[in-house]
Amino acid sequence: MGLLDAGITKHNMLVTSVDNVLNWARLSSLWPMGFGLACCAIEMMATNASNYDLERFGIFPRSSPRQSDLMIVAGTVTMKMAERVIRLYEQMPEPRYVLSMGSCSNCGGPYWEHGYHVLKGVDRIIPVDVYVPGCPPRPESLIGGLMKIQELIRMEQIGISRADALKKLAEKSVDPRFIIERERKAVGA
Amino acid sequence: MEEGKVISQLVKESAAAYSIIHEKFGLAISDFDANETMPFFEVVDASLWTEIALFMRDHPKLKFNYMACLTGVDYPAEEKLGIICNFESLALLNHKLAVKVKCAREGGSIPSVACVWHTANWHEREAYDMFGMTFAGHPELRRILCPEDWEGYPLRKDYKVQDQYHGIKVPY
Repeated sequence: MGLLDAGITKHNMLVTSVDNVLNWARLSSLWPMGFGLACCAIEMMATNASNYDLERFGIFPRSSPRQSDLMIVAGTVTMKMAERVIRLYEQMPEPRYVLSMGSCSNCGGPYWEHGYHVLKGVDRIIPVDVYVPGCPPRPESLIGGLMKIQELIRMEQIGISRADALKKLAEKSVDPRFIIERERKAVGA
Repeated sequence: MEEGKVISQLVKESAAAYSIIHEKFGLAISDFDANETMPFFEVVDASLWTEIALFMRDHPKLKFNYMACLTGVDYPAEEKLGIICNFESLALLNHKLAVKVKCAREGGSIPSVACVWHTANWHEREAYDMFGMTFAGHPELRRILCPEDWEGYPLRKDYKVQDQYHGIKVPY
Protein backbone atom coordinates (compact mmCIF):
# COMPACT_ATOMS: atom_id res chain seq x y z
CA MET A 1 0.00 0.00 0.00
CA GLY A 2 1.30 3.44 -0.89
CA LEU A 3 1.90 5.98 1.81
CA LEU A 4 -0.85 8.34 0.69
CA ASP A 5 -3.39 5.54 0.43
CA ALA A 6 -3.50 5.43 4.23
CA GLY A 7 -6.13 7.89 5.24
CA ILE A 8 -4.89 10.94 7.11
CA THR A 9 -7.21 11.35 10.01
CA LYS A 10 -6.53 13.25 13.21
CA HIS A 11 -4.65 16.55 13.14
CA ASN A 12 -2.97 15.63 9.86
CA MET A 13 -1.04 12.97 11.71
CA LEU A 14 0.29 9.90 10.01
CA VAL A 15 2.03 6.92 11.57
CA THR A 16 4.44 4.89 9.47
CA SER A 17 7.96 3.53 9.55
CA VAL A 18 11.02 5.60 8.78
CA ASP A 19 11.90 3.19 5.97
CA ASN A 20 8.56 3.85 4.34
CA VAL A 21 8.91 7.61 4.45
CA LEU A 22 12.49 7.58 3.22
CA ASN A 23 11.73 5.15 0.42
CA TRP A 24 8.63 7.04 -0.62
CA ALA A 25 10.53 10.29 -0.75
CA ARG A 26 13.40 8.84 -2.73
CA LEU A 27 11.36 6.91 -5.26
CA SER A 28 9.09 9.88 -5.88
CA SER A 29 11.93 12.14 -6.94
CA LEU A 30 14.39 10.06 -8.91
CA TRP A 31 16.72 12.49 -10.60
CA PRO A 32 18.59 10.95 -13.50
CA MET A 33 21.78 12.45 -14.83
CA GLY A 34 21.07 14.16 -18.14
CA PHE A 35 23.40 12.42 -20.55
CA GLY A 36 22.89 10.26 -23.60
CA LEU A 37 25.37 8.33 -25.68
CA ALA A 38 23.57 7.25 -28.87
CA CYS A 39 20.15 6.65 -30.44
CA CYS A 40 18.73 5.38 -27.12
CA ALA A 41 19.17 8.92 -25.88
CA ILE A 42 16.62 10.07 -28.47
CA GLU A 43 14.07 7.67 -26.98
CA MET A 44 15.04 8.86 -23.51
CA MET A 45 14.45 12.46 -24.57
CA ALA A 46 11.10 11.46 -26.05
CA THR A 47 10.24 9.87 -22.72
CA ASN A 48 11.15 13.07 -20.93
CA ALA A 49 9.05 15.16 -23.29
CA SER A 50 5.36 15.95 -22.92
CA ASN A 51 3.86 12.81 -24.58
CA TYR A 52 5.29 10.45 -21.99
CA ASP A 53 5.99 13.10 -19.38
CA LEU A 54 8.42 11.59 -16.88
CA GLU A 55 7.91 14.53 -14.56
CA ARG A 56 4.63 13.04 -13.42
CA PHE A 57 6.82 10.48 -11.61
CA GLY A 58 9.09 13.18 -10.23
CA ILE A 59 11.78 12.13 -12.68
CA PHE A 60 13.59 14.93 -14.41
CA PRO A 61 17.14 15.13 -15.66
CA ARG A 62 19.80 17.04 -13.75
CA SER A 63 22.84 18.59 -15.38
CA SER A 64 25.31 17.48 -12.72
CA PRO A 65 26.16 14.01 -11.44
CA ARG A 66 26.41 15.55 -7.97
CA GLN A 67 22.69 16.27 -7.98
CA SER A 68 21.59 12.94 -9.46
CA ASP A 69 20.77 9.60 -7.92
CA LEU A 70 20.08 7.67 -11.11
CA MET A 71 22.28 7.09 -14.12
CA ILE A 72 20.49 6.07 -17.32
CA VAL A 73 23.20 4.66 -19.59
CA ALA A 74 21.37 5.39 -22.83
CA GLY A 75 23.40 4.12 -25.76
CA THR A 76 26.67 2.67 -27.01
CA VAL A 77 29.48 2.95 -24.48
CA THR A 78 32.76 3.25 -26.37
CA MET A 79 36.07 2.38 -24.75
CA LYS A 80 36.87 6.08 -24.80
CA MET A 81 33.60 6.90 -23.01
CA ALA A 82 33.90 4.01 -20.53
CA GLU A 83 36.40 5.83 -18.34
CA ARG A 84 34.24 8.96 -18.36
CA VAL A 85 31.21 6.86 -17.34
CA ILE A 86 33.19 5.50 -14.37
CA ARG A 87 34.19 9.00 -13.35
CA LEU A 88 30.61 10.31 -13.62
CA TYR A 89 29.34 7.34 -11.61
CA GLU A 90 31.89 8.02 -8.91
CA GLN A 91 30.79 11.65 -8.71
CA MET A 92 27.20 10.68 -7.93
CA PRO A 93 26.26 10.71 -4.23
CA GLU A 94 25.02 7.47 -2.68
CA PRO A 95 22.52 5.85 -2.74
CA ARG A 96 22.78 5.75 -6.52
CA TYR A 97 21.12 3.57 -9.12
CA VAL A 98 22.10 2.56 -12.63
CA LEU A 99 19.70 1.71 -15.43
CA SER A 100 21.26 0.20 -18.52
CA MET A 101 19.13 1.15 -21.51
CA GLY A 102 19.24 -0.78 -24.79
CA SER A 103 21.23 -3.66 -26.26
CA CYS A 104 24.50 -1.71 -26.61
CA SER A 105 24.92 -0.85 -22.98
CA ASN A 106 23.48 -4.22 -21.91
CA CYS A 107 25.94 -6.37 -23.86
CA GLY A 108 27.49 -4.49 -26.78
CA GLY A 109 24.47 -4.90 -29.06
CA PRO A 110 25.25 -5.06 -32.80
CA TYR A 111 28.90 -4.25 -32.03
CA TRP A 112 29.47 -7.34 -29.90
CA GLU A 113 31.80 -9.04 -32.37
CA HIS A 114 33.40 -6.51 -34.70
CA GLY A 115 33.06 -3.34 -32.66
CA TYR A 116 36.65 -3.04 -31.49
CA HIS A 117 35.83 0.33 -29.92
CA VAL A 118 32.71 -0.67 -27.96
CA LEU A 119 32.51 -1.78 -24.35
CA LYS A 120 30.58 -5.06 -24.36
CA GLY A 121 28.19 -4.20 -21.55
CA VAL A 122 28.35 -1.31 -19.12
CA ASP A 123 28.16 -3.82 -16.24
CA ARG A 124 31.85 -4.49 -16.88
CA ILE A 125 32.69 -1.15 -15.32
CA ILE A 126 29.82 -0.12 -13.02
CA PRO A 127 27.16 -2.14 -11.13
CA VAL A 128 23.83 -2.15 -12.99
CA ASP A 129 20.50 -2.47 -11.16
CA VAL A 130 18.01 -2.68 -14.03
CA TYR A 131 18.48 -3.67 -17.68
CA VAL A 132 16.01 -2.47 -20.29
CA PRO A 133 16.14 -4.57 -23.48
CA GLY A 134 15.47 -3.13 -26.93
CA CYS A 135 17.25 -1.47 -29.81
CA PRO A 136 16.31 1.17 -28.92
CA PRO A 137 13.65 0.47 -26.26
CA ARG A 138 10.38 2.33 -26.66
CA PRO A 139 9.50 4.95 -24.04
CA GLU A 140 7.06 2.45 -22.47
CA SER A 141 9.96 0.05 -21.86
CA LEU A 142 12.08 2.77 -20.33
CA ILE A 143 9.22 3.76 -18.05
CA GLY A 144 8.90 0.06 -17.15
CA GLY A 145 12.58 0.04 -16.19
CA LEU A 146 12.19 3.17 -14.12
CA MET A 147 9.20 1.61 -12.33
CA LYS A 148 11.48 -1.34 -11.57
CA ILE A 149 14.02 1.03 -10.00
CA GLN A 150 11.19 2.48 -7.90
CA GLU A 151 10.21 -1.03 -6.81
CA LEU A 152 13.81 -1.69 -5.88
CA ILE A 153 13.87 1.42 -3.72
CA ARG A 154 10.65 0.26 -2.07
CA MET A 155 12.45 -2.96 -1.07
CA GLU A 156 15.21 -1.11 0.72
CA GLN A 157 15.50 -0.86 4.47
CA ILE A 158 17.93 0.82 6.78
CA GLY A 159 20.72 -1.65 7.40
CA ILE A 160 20.24 -3.97 4.43
CA SER A 161 22.55 -4.02 1.47
CA ARG A 162 21.73 -3.35 -2.17
CA ALA A 163 22.28 -7.01 -2.95
CA ASP A 164 19.68 -8.00 -0.36
CA ALA A 165 17.23 -5.45 -1.74
CA LEU A 166 17.72 -6.83 -5.26
CA LYS A 167 17.13 -10.36 -3.92
CA LYS A 168 13.94 -9.21 -2.19
CA LEU A 169 12.82 -7.56 -5.42
CA ALA A 170 13.39 -10.77 -7.39
CA GLU A 171 11.40 -12.78 -4.83
CA LYS A 172 8.50 -10.36 -4.74
CA SER A 173 8.30 -9.61 -8.42
CA VAL A 174 5.10 -10.53 -10.20
CA ASP A 175 5.04 -11.78 -13.77
CA PRO A 176 3.16 -9.03 -15.58
CA ARG A 177 1.91 -11.35 -18.33
CA PHE A 178 -1.07 -12.57 -16.32
CA ILE A 179 -2.08 -9.04 -15.43
CA ILE A 180 -1.77 -7.94 -19.05
CA GLU A 181 -3.84 -10.92 -20.22
CA ARG A 182 -6.45 -10.30 -17.56
CA GLU A 183 -6.72 -6.65 -18.55
CA ARG A 184 -6.95 -7.57 -22.21
CA LYS A 185 -9.74 -10.03 -21.55
CA ALA A 186 -11.56 -7.45 -19.46
CA VAL A 187 -11.70 -5.01 -22.39
CA GLY A 188 -12.54 -7.84 -24.80
CA ALA A 189 -9.43 -7.60 -26.95
CA MET B 1 25.33 -0.50 -77.50
CA GLU B 2 28.51 -2.33 -76.65
CA GLU B 3 29.23 -2.69 -73.01
CA GLY B 4 32.14 -0.66 -71.74
CA LYS B 5 32.13 1.58 -74.78
CA VAL B 6 29.56 3.99 -73.50
CA ILE B 7 31.35 6.90 -71.97
CA SER B 8 29.19 9.46 -70.28
CA GLN B 9 29.66 13.19 -70.51
CA LEU B 10 30.87 13.19 -66.92
CA VAL B 11 33.72 10.78 -67.62
CA LYS B 12 34.68 12.74 -70.74
CA GLU B 13 35.03 15.87 -68.63
CA SER B 14 37.14 13.95 -66.12
CA ALA B 15 39.32 12.63 -68.97
CA ALA B 16 39.85 16.17 -70.22
CA ALA B 17 40.92 17.27 -66.75
CA TYR B 18 43.23 14.26 -66.51
CA SER B 19 44.97 15.08 -69.80
CA ILE B 20 45.88 18.54 -68.49
CA ILE B 21 47.49 16.98 -65.41
CA HIS B 22 49.16 14.31 -67.55
CA GLU B 23 50.62 16.97 -69.83
CA LYS B 24 52.35 18.59 -66.88
CA PHE B 25 53.42 15.56 -64.83
CA GLY B 26 53.81 12.85 -67.50
CA LEU B 27 54.97 9.53 -66.10
CA ALA B 28 54.60 10.64 -62.50
CA ILE B 29 50.92 9.69 -62.82
CA SER B 30 49.30 6.53 -64.15
CA ASP B 31 46.92 6.12 -67.09
CA PHE B 32 43.38 7.37 -66.79
CA ASP B 33 40.81 4.83 -65.58
CA ALA B 34 37.41 5.68 -67.09
CA ASN B 35 35.49 4.11 -64.23
CA GLU B 36 31.88 5.15 -64.67
CA THR B 37 31.17 5.84 -60.99
CA MET B 38 34.58 7.15 -60.04
CA PRO B 39 36.99 8.09 -62.86
CA PHE B 40 40.48 8.16 -61.35
CA PHE B 41 44.22 8.07 -61.83
CA GLU B 42 47.00 6.98 -59.54
CA VAL B 43 50.00 9.01 -58.48
CA VAL B 44 53.02 6.82 -59.29
CA ASP B 45 55.65 9.14 -57.86
CA ALA B 46 54.09 9.83 -54.46
CA SER B 47 56.68 12.46 -53.60
CA LEU B 48 55.05 14.78 -56.17
CA TRP B 49 51.59 14.44 -54.62
CA THR B 50 51.47 17.86 -52.91
CA GLU B 51 52.67 19.54 -56.11
CA ILE B 52 50.03 17.73 -58.19
CA ALA B 53 47.40 18.71 -55.63
CA LEU B 54 48.34 22.38 -55.83
CA PHE B 55 48.29 22.19 -59.64
CA MET B 56 44.82 20.58 -59.56
CA ARG B 57 43.50 23.26 -57.28
CA ASP B 58 44.97 26.31 -58.99
CA HIS B 59 45.11 25.58 -62.74
CA PRO B 60 42.41 27.71 -64.45
CA LYS B 61 41.10 24.72 -66.40
CA LEU B 62 41.05 22.36 -63.39
CA LYS B 63 39.99 24.40 -60.36
CA PHE B 64 39.37 21.43 -58.07
CA ASN B 65 38.29 23.60 -55.18
CA TYR B 66 36.53 20.89 -53.19
CA MET B 67 37.87 17.73 -51.61
CA ALA B 68 34.73 15.66 -51.07
CA CYS B 69 36.41 12.77 -49.29
CA LEU B 70 39.72 11.16 -48.41
CA THR B 71 39.54 7.42 -47.71
CA GLY B 72 42.24 5.06 -46.49
CA VAL B 73 42.65 1.61 -48.04
CA ASP B 74 44.68 -1.46 -47.06
CA TYR B 75 46.21 -3.58 -49.85
CA PRO B 76 47.74 -6.53 -47.98
CA ALA B 77 48.51 -8.48 -51.21
CA GLU B 78 50.63 -5.61 -52.52
CA GLU B 79 52.10 -4.86 -49.07
CA LYS B 80 50.77 -1.35 -49.43
CA LEU B 81 48.49 1.20 -47.85
CA GLY B 82 46.81 3.92 -49.81
CA ILE B 83 44.40 6.80 -49.93
CA ILE B 84 41.64 7.67 -52.39
CA CYS B 85 40.74 11.33 -52.70
CA ASN B 86 37.56 12.53 -54.41
CA PHE B 87 37.71 15.98 -55.94
CA GLU B 88 35.12 18.22 -57.47
CA SER B 89 35.18 21.66 -58.96
CA LEU B 90 32.18 22.91 -57.11
CA ALA B 91 30.15 25.69 -58.78
CA LEU B 92 33.06 26.48 -61.13
CA LEU B 93 33.78 23.82 -63.76
CA ASN B 94 31.64 21.05 -62.24
CA HIS B 95 33.92 18.17 -63.13
CA LYS B 96 35.01 15.35 -60.86
CA LEU B 97 38.11 13.24 -60.49
CA ALA B 98 39.50 10.79 -57.98
CA VAL B 99 43.14 10.28 -57.14
CA LYS B 100 44.83 7.27 -55.58
CA VAL B 101 48.13 7.46 -53.73
CA LYS B 102 49.91 4.47 -52.24
CA CYS B 103 52.78 3.90 -49.85
CA ALA B 104 54.57 1.00 -48.14
CA ARG B 105 52.51 -0.93 -45.60
CA GLU B 106 55.10 -0.74 -42.82
CA GLY B 107 56.42 2.74 -42.04
CA GLY B 108 54.99 4.18 -45.24
CA SER B 109 54.51 7.90 -45.70
CA ILE B 110 52.41 10.03 -48.05
CA PRO B 111 52.88 13.81 -48.46
CA SER B 112 50.12 15.73 -46.70
CA VAL B 113 47.72 17.91 -48.69
CA ALA B 114 46.23 19.55 -45.59
CA CYS B 115 47.90 22.79 -46.70
CA VAL B 116 46.08 22.57 -50.07
CA TRP B 117 42.57 21.64 -48.90
CA HIS B 118 41.84 22.16 -45.20
CA THR B 119 39.34 19.29 -45.41
CA ALA B 120 42.31 16.96 -45.70
CA ASN B 121 43.49 17.83 -42.21
CA TRP B 122 40.96 15.72 -40.29
CA HIS B 123 40.57 13.17 -43.10
CA GLU B 124 44.29 12.42 -43.06
CA ARG B 125 44.18 12.12 -39.30
CA GLU B 126 41.37 9.60 -39.67
CA ALA B 127 43.29 7.60 -42.31
CA TYR B 128 46.31 7.61 -39.98
CA ASP B 129 44.13 6.55 -37.06
CA MET B 130 42.60 3.61 -38.94
CA PHE B 131 45.49 2.46 -41.17
CA GLY B 132 48.72 3.83 -39.70
CA MET B 133 50.34 5.51 -42.70
CA THR B 134 51.90 8.87 -41.84
CA PHE B 135 51.33 12.09 -43.71
CA ALA B 136 54.54 14.07 -44.14
CA GLY B 137 54.04 17.76 -43.44
CA HIS B 138 50.71 17.38 -41.65
CA PRO B 139 50.31 20.19 -39.07
CA GLU B 140 48.98 17.94 -36.28
CA LEU B 141 49.13 14.24 -37.05
CA ARG B 142 47.61 12.36 -34.11
CA ARG B 143 44.69 9.96 -33.66
CA ILE B 144 41.28 11.55 -34.18
CA LEU B 145 38.73 8.88 -33.15
CA CYS B 146 40.48 6.15 -31.17
CA PRO B 147 42.02 6.98 -27.79
CA GLU B 148 45.56 8.34 -28.06
CA ASP B 149 47.06 5.24 -26.45
CA TRP B 150 45.11 2.71 -28.54
CA GLU B 151 47.16 -0.18 -29.91
CA GLY B 152 47.12 -1.02 -33.60
CA TYR B 153 45.17 0.30 -36.57
CA PRO B 154 41.59 -1.03 -36.60
CA LEU B 155 40.78 -1.03 -40.33
CA ARG B 156 43.83 -3.02 -41.44
CA LYS B 157 42.83 -6.42 -42.77
CA ASP B 158 44.99 -8.29 -40.25
CA TYR B 159 43.90 -6.21 -37.23
CA LYS B 160 43.48 -8.06 -33.95
CA VAL B 161 41.78 -6.21 -31.16
CA GLN B 162 43.78 -5.73 -27.98
CA ASP B 163 42.81 -7.78 -24.94
CA GLN B 164 42.69 -5.03 -22.34
CA TYR B 165 42.33 -1.27 -22.41
CA HIS B 166 43.20 0.44 -19.11
CA GLY B 167 42.24 -2.75 -17.28
CA ILE B 168 38.88 -3.12 -19.07
CA LYS B 169 38.35 -6.26 -21.13
CA VAL B 170 37.82 -5.38 -24.80
CA PRO B 171 36.65 -8.56 -26.63
CA TYR B 172 33.15 -9.91 -26.02
